[in-house]
Amino acid sequence: MADSICRTLRDGALEGELAPTLTIKDSLASPFAFHVFSHILLQLSSHIIAQKSQSQGIVIVALKRSPSFYAAVLNMNGVDVASSNKWIHILDCYSDPLGWKEKIRKPVNVTNCSHQISLATSSFKTVKDLDKLFLVITDLGRGLVGENKSRFCVAIDSLSELLRHASLQSVAGLLSDLRSHDQISNIFGLLHSDLHDERAVAALEYMSSMVASVDPYYHSADGQKGSLDKSFSEQNFTKGKFNVRSKRRNGRVRVTCEEFKVEPGGISFAPVLSVDETAIAGLLPKVQFNLQLSEKERIDRSNVVLPFEHQGTGKPIKIYDGRRSLEESNSEANPISSGKKEDSAVGEIIYFRDSDDEMPDSDEDPDDDLDI
Amino acid sequence: MEQKNWNLLDEALGLHNNNAKPWPLCGRFVLVEDCVDTSAAFVLHHILKRSFSSYPSSAVLFLAFCHTFSHYDRVLRKLGCNLAAQRDNGRFFFLDMLMFQCPGEGKPNYGLASVFEQIERVITVLHQEKKSISIIIDDISFLEVAANGSSDDVLNLLHYCHTLTSEYGCAFIALDHKDIYLNGDRAAVILEMEYLADILVKAEPLATGLSKDVHGQLMVLDKETQHQHGISAIKTYDFHFKIKENGIECFYPGTKI
Repeated sequence: MADSICRTLRDGALEGELAPTLTIKDSLASPFAFHVFSHILLQLSSHIIAQKSQSQGIVIVALKRSPSFYAAVLNMNGVDVASSNKWIHILDCYSDPLGWKEKIRKPVNVTNCSHQISLATSSFKTVKDLDKLFLVITDLGRGLVGENKSRFCVAIDSLSELLRHASLQSVAGLLSDLRSHDQISNIFGLLHSDLHDERAVAALEYMSSMVASVDPYYHSADGQKGSLDKSFSEQNFTKGKFNVRSKRRNGRVRVTCEEFKVEPGGISFAPVLSVDETAIAGLLPKVQFNLQLSEKERIDRSNVVLPFEHQGTGKPIKIYDGRRSLEESNSEANPISSGKKEDSAVGEIIYFRDSDDEMPDSDEDPDDDLDI
Repeated sequence: MEQKNWNLLDEALGLHNNNAKPWPLCGRFVLVEDCVDTSAAFVLHHILKRSFSSYPSSAVLFLAFCHTFSHYDRVLRKLGCNLAAQRDNGRFFFLDMLMFQCPGEGKPNYGLASVFEQIERVITVLHQEKKSISIIIDDISFLEVAANGSSDDVLNLLHYCHTLTSEYGCAFIALDHKDIYLNGDRAAVILEMEYLADILVKAEPLATGLSKDVHGQLMVLDKETQHQHGISAIKTYDFHFKIKENGIECFYPGTKI
């Protein structure tokens, strides 16, 4: 439910409540979380430009992609990058997360000659210090939207990278600080679930109100990866399943499933067909005859008049279904007792027991004494 | 005249359309994975050869953790490429890391930070000469040994090399062995690298065992080509290869007579 996610993020947080948090997780079998991430980023930015969302700015914490990459993505999708400085700010933890380059280059830092388009960027060189990261994020956000009640959203492009640099406790602490900050409208982040132990993934899932998990379309059996199901695994590189688990305020959990498709222009979502016929056709063994009916065959079949239906010839057809027919019961306005009598006159079974030594309904085999 | 020599590996790596860019691997991270049964060092040799012979404005920075310069010189000479001459021309920089060892405890990170410092010094010089640069690491597992087994430090160095791909448009090519990470808790290292990679080249032996005519199979996964039109889907190539004295032969399964 990519749309509903975007809507929830757009609507943001209620006064005095935690900001809605989305974790997008994927695995190597279907590594498309970043596609989803940029899809949501684009949706949110279009909402912000149209001033339809609660948040008025975005702070992107870039750990996995360079700021120029984001500039290119936004530019490609028709967002005016030049005027975007008012509502978007990138915190660059990608270029120099540990301060190595700063040490090398001494004070002369401005070698960034490369790209013509640029977004407002500030660099951050001590990724291991998450307390400082929190302060910087909130400062940047305040710089975008001002001191008043207006809010901004935070996009973290790799929680996995954060987890590599810092402990689970401090990452969880950062997230919960962000969630409870009263100027943050929503938070979304990306997680590669197979890089961490289940404990870490579960901890982060607890902290997020929505978890979108990107799953492969076909699960390949372990051990025989690759070689056997080439066609299946190839399909996994263009499409997959998109499962969303969202938690309501009252604790109700809703799980929805969608399919996504990755195309040159981006990622698109579609509801899952209830009976995926192509999948079934792929799984069934090849047989000489058809197991499925086409639409025309189905219509033809419903038009066939069955043999016992011929007798009607104009009149309503009477098919005895084991009960008294409607017509019959209508014609008898009599009390039930008389009806019973009439019924019994129509036919009865008379049965005499052969002898008294046969017990009624005995289980005894009557041919027991036969000696063959 | 070069055209007919392109093989499937060139096609998979995108090396065959040489009029598109000064160096097709610009800005990309190519991770080559092999295993004990099938070495993929030939992929590095092949990229080296292509870079020197078909792309006149390219330069290579080679971090050797596994073999000496004379080893590569001999191998590449067979392929028709003189490394010593390229080195004198300023197109081949060989950093001999065979004896490199990070200082032990106490000075965390400093060792690999100094490696990165060396890399960047070369890159900035080459960048001013308008060369398109490839950084090649010939064995990540030895890098890990040099880093006293700290995979985190290795990943940090890889991340820094990766930042050079966007900053200077470098290509970054690294070889690693898949099967040394098979044990559960260390699997995260190779997974992390696979996430980072733009192009993943996997070399495996044939499932049916050794063969005289087929030395193994290659799978090339080309993830998102983000530069042309947004983010595109993943492309895969599968083919068999045979290593010869003076080159490699690539062919689709079953097409070799």
